[in-house]
Amino acid sequence: MPDNPHSKTAALTTAQVTHVAKLARLEVAPGRIEEYRTQLAAVLGHIAQLDAVDLAGVEPMAHPFESHNRLAADIPVEGLSIEAVLMNAPAVEGRFLAVPKVLAEGD
Amino acid sequence: MTSPAHNTSGHNTPSDMTALRDAVATGTTTAESICAGMLAVTAERNTEINAFHEVFAEHALEAARRVDSDARAGRPLPPLAGMPIAIKDNVATTLGRTTCSSRMLENYRSPFDATAVERLAHAGAVVMGKTNMDEFAMGSSGEHCKWGPVRNPWDSSRVPGGSSAGSAAAVAGGMCAAAIGSDTGGSIRQPASFCGIVGLKPTYGRISRWGLVAFGSSLDQIGPMTRSVRDAALMLDVMSGIDERDSTTADRPPTELAKTVERPIEGLRVGIPRQYMSDANDSEVNAAVNAAADAYRALGATIVSVELPLTDVGISTYYVIAPAEASSNLARYDGIRYGHRAQLQPGEDLFTLYARSRSEGFGPEVQRRIMLGTYMLSSGYYDAYYKRALQVRRRIKQEFDQAFSACDVLLGPTAPTPAFGFGANSDPLAMYLCDVYTVNTNIAGICGVSIPAGFAERNGKHLPIGVQLQANAFEEDRLLRAARMLERALTATTSAHAPRV
Repeated sequence: MPDNPHSKTAALTTAQVTHVAKLARLEVAPGRIEEYRTQLAAVLGHIAQLDAVDLAGVEPMAHPFESHNRLAADIPVEGLSIEAVLMNAPAVEGRFLAVPKVLAEGD
Repeated sequence: MTSPAHNTSGHNTPSDMTALRDAVATGTTTAESICAGMLAVTAERNTEINAFHEVFAEHALEAARRVDSDARAGRPLPPLAGMPIAIKDNVATTLGRTTCSSRMLENYRSPFDATAVERLAHAGAVVMGKTNMDEFAMGSSGEHCKWGPVRNPWDSSRVPGGSSAGSAAAVAGGMCAAAIGSDTGGSIRQPASFCGIVGLKPTYGRISRWGLVAFGSSLDQIGPMTRSVRDAALMLDVMSGIDERDSTTADRPPTELAKTVERPIEGLRVGIPRQYMSDANDSEVNAAVNAAADAYRALGATIVSVELPLTDVGISTYYVIAPAEASSNLARYDGIRYGHRAQLQPGEDLFTLYARSRSEGFGPEVQRRIMLGTYMLSSGYYDAYYKRALQVRRRIKQEFDQAFSACDVLLGPTAPTPAFGFGANSDPLAMYLCDVYTVNTNIAGICGVSIPAGFAERNGKHLPIGVQLQANAFEEDRLLRAARMLERALTATTSAHAPRV
């Protein structure tokens, strides 16, 4: 991805959309990349109006209430049972979540 | 025929929940007959309106009978005893499924109840069913739902608004006593406006988000969708207050607004932001705001003009912050622990499992927002988009603080138009712009409520128009009392028409 922040006003490319889809773990059909590119570019074009706001000396505000971490009392509480955790799992083996092979042959 | 759940004013307008609750408490009617009446309306209308995805009829009737048995035994009844309440399908319930109207969660069953649901049930409410919504609460029309579009009870050729589409339609259509929705950028208030009901977005931190499926964690709030302002007060009282399971709940006691909501505010100062009265709004919308201002004047309130110059950049700010937070929150759907899992072909790897599960499970709008957020948080763009939006966020909050130094509440439109037709905003950006008057409430974390204020006539049908009141953080007492003053003053106007149910 280009590092120049000013490039955001430039047109979004199909290569960028493909890259973002990969980062987002989405499998976008090649035939739909252009549609997403057009729609995302329109939104980004609109968002460019933020560049006109004077923000000199303004601190970012990530949250409505900038409270500090609130700690819970250090008392053990019951978590979900294994049965409850597994009840929505798409694949289970015994008391475990089943996943496909993580390492390819020969790794 | 007039069921016990409906008043006798000439229209088939359902009574509000407070009236129904009082009728049960005094023995005028039974919880079972109220519940059965609403189930009958639902059975008749839901095929067309599609407000509910699941209805728990047997559960609701049994719970109602228990309330009646308590009432007969003279036991004290809790504040929402026997009231059938609809729950938006992004709020976790152990009853039925919690699908977010998405293929991703189409079979998801929550092992726990959301805190808000738990508190409603503790107050005697009956969880009546789960309502349809725009997928993962991303939408302003109720069209983008795995279980089909929701229709507006006032005109079924039009949308109910969104994303709390089914909750709004169920309340307006007389299918439940009240509902809960969630509001990240207007998702309670805009459908409330389109459906002619009251929708309250409480201050951020008022109601626990435990059990609310996360979308934009610094913006999301659960809130009541009701037939009256006093019902909204009653529900907020029941659901609000600190929750150990959500560290972002405010460390404040539950509200007690049902006690004060009927008390008018003397010397009320109502601010109308000049930027809200845009020529781009439909003329009936601006007329409804002006009529509301006249009603306030007649009540002795002072109307002042205030400036919110950053109103216009709210959508841009929102469409950085919300997708950024969503792209992070929705990363949890990977097809491993819960949610949709794609079938792999031999030789395909784990990355493909993640990506295909997500692309099959999420609809196009959800994928768009995930990509938008991912892009804006990616290397080289973070400062230009996300950091900048957070700076604008502080400026928006400062502008509200400035405005609230000159007035107690802000008055304006909830949405620029009444309910639009299906497909009218098929362009994503056009849909986003529908929320221009509601997103900044969430960005600043303050509270806002939409209440019915008038009608627009389109093709011979009367479509409700809501006006929005906003108040500063934790000023719900002021907000709802001001809303109640207006609701009372506008009764003749707002009761002139009723949904077709």
